[in-house]
Amino acid sequence: MTMIEAIRDALDVALAQDPEVTVFGQDVGFFGGVFRCTAGLQKKHGETRCFDTPISELGIVGAAIGMASYGLKPVVEIQFADYMYPAYDQIVSEAARLRFRSAGEFTCPMVIRMPTGGGIFGAQTHSQSPEALFTHVAGLKTVVPSNPHDAKGLLLAAIADPDPVIFLEPKRIYNGPFDGHHNRPVTAWRSHPLGEVPEGPYTLPLGQAVIRREGAALTVLAYGTMVHVALAAVQEGGIDAEVIDLRTLLPLDLETITTSVRKTRRCVVLHEATLTSGFGAELAALVQAECFWHLEAPVERVTGWDTPYPHTNEWDYFPGPARVAAACHRVLEVK
Amino acid sequence: MATRKSPEKSNISKDELLHYYREMLLIRRFEEKAGQLYGMGLIGGFCHLYIGQEAVVVGLEAAAKEGDKRITSYRDHGHMLACGMDPKGVMAELTGREGGYSRGKGGSMHMFSKEKHFYGGHGIVGAQVPLGAGLAFADKYMGNDNVTFTYFGDGAANQGQVYETYNMAELWNLPVIFVIENNQYAMGTSVKRSTKSPSLWERGAAYGIKGEAVDGMDVLAVKAAGEKAVAFCRAGEGPYILEMNTYRYRGHSMSDPAKYRTREEVQKMRDEKDAIEHVRDLLLQGGHATDDDLKAIDKDIKAIVNESAEFAKESPEPALSELWTDIYA
Ligand SMILES: Cc1ncc(C[n+]2csc(CCOP(=O)(O)OP(=O)(O)O)c2C)c(N)n1
Ligand SMILES: [Mg+2]
Repeated sequence: MTMIEAIRDALDVALAQDPEVTVFGQDVGFFGGVFRCTAGLQKKHGETRCFDTPISELGIVGAAIGMASYGLKPVVEIQFADYMYPAYDQIVSEAARLRFRSAGEFTCPMVIRMPTGGGIFGAQTHSQSPEALFTHVAGLKTVVPSNPHDAKGLLLAAIADPDPVIFLEPKRIYNGPFDGHHNRPVTAWRSHPLGEVPEGPYTLPLGQAVIRREGAALTVLAYGTMVHVALAAVQEGGIDAEVIDLRTLLPLDLETITTSVRKTRRCVVLHEATLTSGFGAELAALVQAECFWHLEAPVERVTGWDTPYPHTNEWDYFPGPARVAAACHRVLEVK
Repeated sequence: MATRKSPEKSNISKDELLHYYREMLLIRRFEEKAGQLYGMGLIGGFCHLYIGQEAVVVGLEAAAKEGDKRITSYRDHGHMLACGMDPKGVMAELTGREGGYSRGKGGSMHMFSKEKHFYGGHGIVGAQVPLGAGLAFADKYMGNDNVTFTYFGDGAANQGQVYETYNMAELWNLPVIFVIENNQYAMGTSVKRSTKSPSLWERGAAYGIKGEAVDGMDVLAVKAAGEKAVAFCRAGEGPYILEMNTYRYRGHSMSDPAKYRTREEVQKMRDEKDAIEHVRDLLLQGGHATDDDLKAIDKDIKAIVNESAEFAKESPEPALSELWTDIYA
């Protein structure tokens, strides 16, 4: 199953098992979503459960917050994360804080899905990775799946979660585990073990990372598309790295991270988003605070550059396997 | 066979009609070429063609004078050509080359020209609308009589920032013409599925803004409405709304499964309402031009478009160092 099908499957399951769930957004109902994540859901579950909205991001998210505070479980789609900004006020000022300011009387059990990330030649308005804008806000949870199997389980967990969850879908891996080698064909999910998606309901707990590859020489922290880039980079570079897929950024599975870094004593952090004030800064700070006496080298970050996401030079911008491998070697060379 | 109704006798001059014909044809052929280059992989990413809507920008540009401003969305190639920007620079931006208007940094959706008072293509739906009011504010502040054409789509008309802008524009009497290019669809969502407003221009009334609906497939009607709106704004009467009823023939962008409307619907528009064919009929039936005259124009246009494509293929890719320029002063 592709990641698109897995997400659709999760939404289908949620709609079927819980009458409080609604699914909506631009082109989501009749058209089935620009990435087809909701194809067929309106037909199957009806227009009151799965429907279109006008191009009104602020209104879409604001209305969803109202529904959620009433007790429904809206799952909204922002067509690309890059279009989220008009809704950011509602996400930060309303969704994230409703529980706190009502002393727990009102809550906001909603999910906001948005495709993120680059690698599709989408330039500055179709490629951004704004996860740090969400992890910076207390009251929000932020999830980034890296494969179909996790996407379904995490999305169902996000829908069941009593708090607002930002569910970021790296669009470059919707159809296959893209590893940053842009001039090679991408394998399909169908021939990848994590493309095997169980039928029916299951959840993966939020806040649980997973070790994708065991290793002894250094730890690579990644999420989303960068998990596959990391795996390719260390494989090809013959690097004995432990690759951790964070899966959720907040809540963060600090234990899995620190256990690994205390073992390997070296750490490289990856993300597609820009460097400055990115989520990697948080990870690097946590690793140095928790593992200071174990570290043999400074923590390195491999990220997008501190520029707008470019139209040309995309592959110079994208932190591909060569950059990741080079950083790993640098960190390993520190004596 | 076309079932267009035969054009009424018009007293528009031959030169004016030929001008419209040329300008609209340039946009159409340019866009067709862009579509081809996209198919060949020379253009990548997002690319939104203007084919079908040519009469809107060509008619409105005919009502503009030097100093007037224009700002629009990502469906911007037609606007740039109509305001006199160089097809070579536009095409080279589509291919992401150094010779492009934004030196390859902007792509199809993001080009600008101070010289032509073109304040951009903007990729975020609705984002250009408040900017258009700001441009008009600045002209008013400077004490001149320029106006700003602020273009946006039927889908964009549902963004909240449009209404914040309406309110301020009327409050401050700004010389801005809001041009709603109602091509009936926002991606795969038809107007009928996104609003119950019978017409989009009427929403201005809630803010005290006058406006009207226009047959956006008829360049003469567009020009006439444009002149009226421009006169209104130049006289200091404040903003005005023109809702252009138009139609895009191609997909929303280059990747469009086209499942939200029928082939017949598109074909009917092409047959009955095509803006270029309309002017062609006026020229031929009015005795202003022969088939051969028009063929000569077609040939000229083809040459201009081919030249732009050659330029766009040969212009070098921007140096990697360009990535770190133009972020701060
Ligand atoms: C804020 C925002 N939301 C969504 C999008 C995605 N999007 C791009 S174009 C478009 C449809 C806009 O339709 P309309 O305003 O009618 O203009 P048209 O494409 O028909 O010219 C959508 C939803 C976007 N670019 N920005
Ligand atoms: Mg439209």
